[in-house]
Amino acid sequence: MGSLPLIWWLIASVCFIFSLGGLSRHETSRLGNRLGIIGMMLAIIAAFCFKLFPSIGGGAHAIGGIGSGSFILLLSMIGVGGAIGAVLAQRVEMTKMPELVAILHSFVGLAAVLVGLANFGNLHVDGQGGEYYIHLLEIAVGIFIGGITFTGSVVAWGKLNGRFTSKPLIIPNRHWINLAMVATCVVLGLFVMFLNWWVGLFSLILITFISFALGAHLVLAIGGADMPVVVSMLNSYSGWAAAAVGFMLPNDLLIITGALVGSSGAILSYIMCRAMNRSFISVILGGFGGEVAGGAGDDSAVKTYNTTSAEETAEWLANSEEVIIIPGYGMAVAQAQHAIREICELLQKRGVKARFAIHPVAGRLPGHMNVLLAEANVPYDIVLEMEEINEDFPNTGTVLVIGANDIVNPGAQDDPSSPIYGMPVLECWKAQNVVILKRSMATGYSGVDNPLFYKENSWMLFGDAKASVDGILQALRQMNPI
Amino acid sequence: MLIFVPQESVASESRVAATPQSVKKLIKLGYEVHVQSGAGHAASFPDHMYEEAGATIVDDNGRGWSQANVVIAVNPPRPEHIRLMKPDATLISFIWPAKSRELVELLAKQKVSTLAMDCVPRISRAQKLDALSSMANIAGYRAVIEAAMAFGGFFTGQITAAGKVPPAKVLVIGAGVAGLSAIGTARGLGALVRAFDTRPAVKDQVKSMGAEFLELDFEESGEGAGGYAKEMSPAFIKAEMELFAAQARDVDIIITTALIPGRPAPKLITSDMVRSMKPGSVIVDMAAEQGGNCELTRPGEKYTTEGGVTIIGYSDLPSRLPTQASTLYANNLVNLLADLTPNKDGVIDIDLKDQVIRGTTVTHRGEVTWPPPTISNPSPTPPKPPPTEVAKEKEPGVFAQPIVWGSLLLAGAVLLFTAALYLPATFVAHFTVLVLACFVGWQVVWNVTPALHTPLMSVTNAISGIIVIGGIMQMGQHWYSPSSLLAAVAVLIASINIAGGFLVTQRMLGMFRKQG
Repeated sequence: MGSLPLIWWLIASVCFIFSLGGLSRHETSRLGNRLGIIGMMLAIIAAFCFKLFPSIGGGAHAIGGIGSGSFILLLSMIGVGGAIGAVLAQRVEMTKMPELVAILHSFVGLAAVLVGLANFGNLHVDGQGGEYYIHLLEIAVGIFIGGITFTGSVVAWGKLNGRFTSKPLIIPNRHWINLAMVATCVVLGLFVMFLNWWVGLFSLILITFISFALGAHLVLAIGGADMPVVVSMLNSYSGWAAAAVGFMLPNDLLIITGALVGSSGAILSYIMCRAMNRSFISVILGGFGGEVAGGAGDDSAVKTYNTTSAEETAEWLANSEEVIIIPGYGMAVAQAQHAIREICELLQKRGVKARFAIHPVAGRLPGHMNVLLAEANVPYDIVLEMEEINEDFPNTGTVLVIGANDIVNPGAQDDPSSPIYGMPVLECWKAQNVVILKRSMATGYSGVDNPLFYKENSWMLFGDAKASVDGILQALRQMNPI
Repeated sequence: MLIFVPQESVASESRVAATPQSVKKLIKLGYEVHVQSGAGHAASFPDHMYEEAGATIVDDNGRGWSQANVVIAVNPPRPEHIRLMKPDATLISFIWPAKSRELVELLAKQKVSTLAMDCVPRISRAQKLDALSSMANIAGYRAVIEAAMAFGGFFTGQITAAGKVPPAKVLVIGAGVAGLSAIGTARGLGALVRAFDTRPAVKDQVKSMGAEFLELDFEESGEGAGGYAKEMSPAFIKAEMELFAAQARDVDIIITTALIPGRPAPKLITSDMVRSMKPGSVIVDMAAEQGGNCELTRPGEKYTTEGGVTIIGYSDLPSRLPTQASTLYANNLVNLLADLTPNKDGVIDIDLKDQVIRGTTVTHRGEVTWPPPTISNPSPTPPKPPPTEVAKEKEPGVFAQPIVWGSLLLAGAVLLFTAALYLPATFVAHFTVLVLACFVGWQVVWNVTPALHTPLMSVTNAISGIIVIGGIMQMGQHWYSPSSLLAAVAVLIASINIAGGFLVTQRMLGMFRKQG
């Protein structure tokens, strides 16, 4: 009977692996999600079984048996939590997905802290031996990672929804402050391991608070548009926090799940960093986006740009054989995706091949633009990734850039002095005409001037993105059918 | 202010300076518009269309000239018309000040401000005013149409029941606006097009139009000031002529557009070359007005040589497409007037500080202001040399050095083995699970399509709620013990994660749909 739990955990782990595997294709993605739900249910039911019937085993450190009061409390907590989660999931707007993801990370972090403290509280005896010390170390590490994840995610959430300024907070010597905090936690961790229980408890609480401060400070120092990387990174941390809890219980299911989530987040962070041509370290150390960019290109030449109107844009779109639409975060802010879908449909009716090009870091979350377009009912097979579509720009009549800036900056390819030089970008300037919807000539997040705006085939359509898109839509509707 | 649109006084001219569409735009700028009766007739714009657009039709030509504050026209006006103009009035038309000094003097004497549409600077901001480009575009198109009419065969290759027809071969010399337009038109008709230009910068443009770019085995750039061509060295010209001679024997149609500003057109097609061409071949010489690129060209005429080669030397190609030419020219004028009327109040403001306006203005307040101070800003920039390798390569980080990597690996191995001596076996077992799970995760997640990265994050949100197991396990016998309470809160928030994560993922995935 002793190995029964192991089998349960194994089944649940396999479910989770297939759940992530299902996301490799659109066709299998829904099945994948259901497998995840099944795995989670199995795991929770199993956990209850082991709690209610300790004789069938439940892991070395699990507290055998459960009172009826505890049982009712547990059930109601799951019920209330599940209900809150369900309401959140129903209500959230797709543009607010980054915030939801961030706040859910923070919950995992906080849960890891709480489980760690509870685990320590349940020990309540001074023990001896290698296993005991290792266990205490696992608790300290779990709380430390959980704490960073918790406050880091809360700050990321605040930056995403505008409660905190998205500008990086730069405190002098901040790297040394962070290092000092980590060092203090190491010392406190040694206290937890080798001093008595009460000192240990006090030290753990200190570690909790220091890790809270560290998490908040780390993310405060990172600028708003680096949030895709930060959110991916916190996704990874939340996985490691779960894995750390798995070590302390010990429970292989948590370790496996934590590792899956941890590596998923790490991969996403890596993809984001590569798409911005920046090293992971430089993003995490923060401070980007604050500096004033040096003059890109020769400033002596008078820079002139062309402007156009919504009507003219509509005409170009309708008369092109191929149209590519490049959405950016500005589209999400302006909630313009529905109008854009309509434009796309009208163009298709006229026989224009209209498609979307998505840069990996467009938006505030990996894959954010895809979700927004899907929400607006844009079929996913006309939404293409940068690598898939970059070669098609020379054959494209009109490109519509909506609320994107740095991801279409030609300076990234031909101006070695540009701060974003080397970043892969969408080569929209190779099309016949590029219409850029923009509020004003202000620079993008990176503060880098965009030579695209001054190209001969670039046309600025100034104004609120939603108003401009609506104008184009209106003009297209009034056009004669063909 | 009052704008007058006269009927063009040159007999063969079919164009007009305003269309009903442009009249509407001029009225929006605050102007009143008078159109001479019959002005748009040849361009298929009858008087009543102008009236519907809001213009007044005037019959009396003289009154039109004398009342107007602004006169817009295509060709330079006749001296007698200029004498009718009010002082301080403005004239906008083609002027060709280099060729017609007396006309410019007269305009200055009359105190008329003159903007010459042929003097618009070639910079990107002024493109919307660039009437030379819009006319060249039309001329290029028309040149191919004229050639097609004179040519006795198909342009496009066909396989018919009666036999195979090869496509016509077209050589375009000079890939400026007119040349590119000719290339595009000939390609559109299905011909095989080759093009030559002394400026290497236009190679990509030629290729993008679908033509083959002929190159000499010779290093010399023909890029002159303002994006125009310059004269080449004798050695270059010799190589060039050899190329043309070879091409002349092969192609069916030659369209030449080679011009060097301020000089007679270079003679590129010799009479020998014409003789070597197949009977039935066609040459369209778009440089006929400047003397022609072909030795045998008769300016303004179309004729067939004894060898059966038709040579077309029309100099009024844009006028042979009057509706289109008038529309584009009128648009150029509207764009210029929009720049001249920043307040949209129908009052002209000639701002000589504006580089474009300065270049275009040839007389102002009784002064001849031509030629303007030179500006150097070539439009088709030659391809920049690729950034040097040094700039591309990043400083190799400290981790990139093998010695650092090696010592890190060694340190890791030593650490692992030392740890294995002291660590309990259970910990090492769990560690094994962790490392293997990382590898599995790495494999699985790389396969996730980028379009589903947001659902990936929300589903990992949900499954990291597995931490709920930790909470359940830590729940003690008594619900009120501190540990149980902490565990209960952990269970609560982890449950939010599980339900929220899975449900929102389900919701998102439900939105993705395929076309159709």
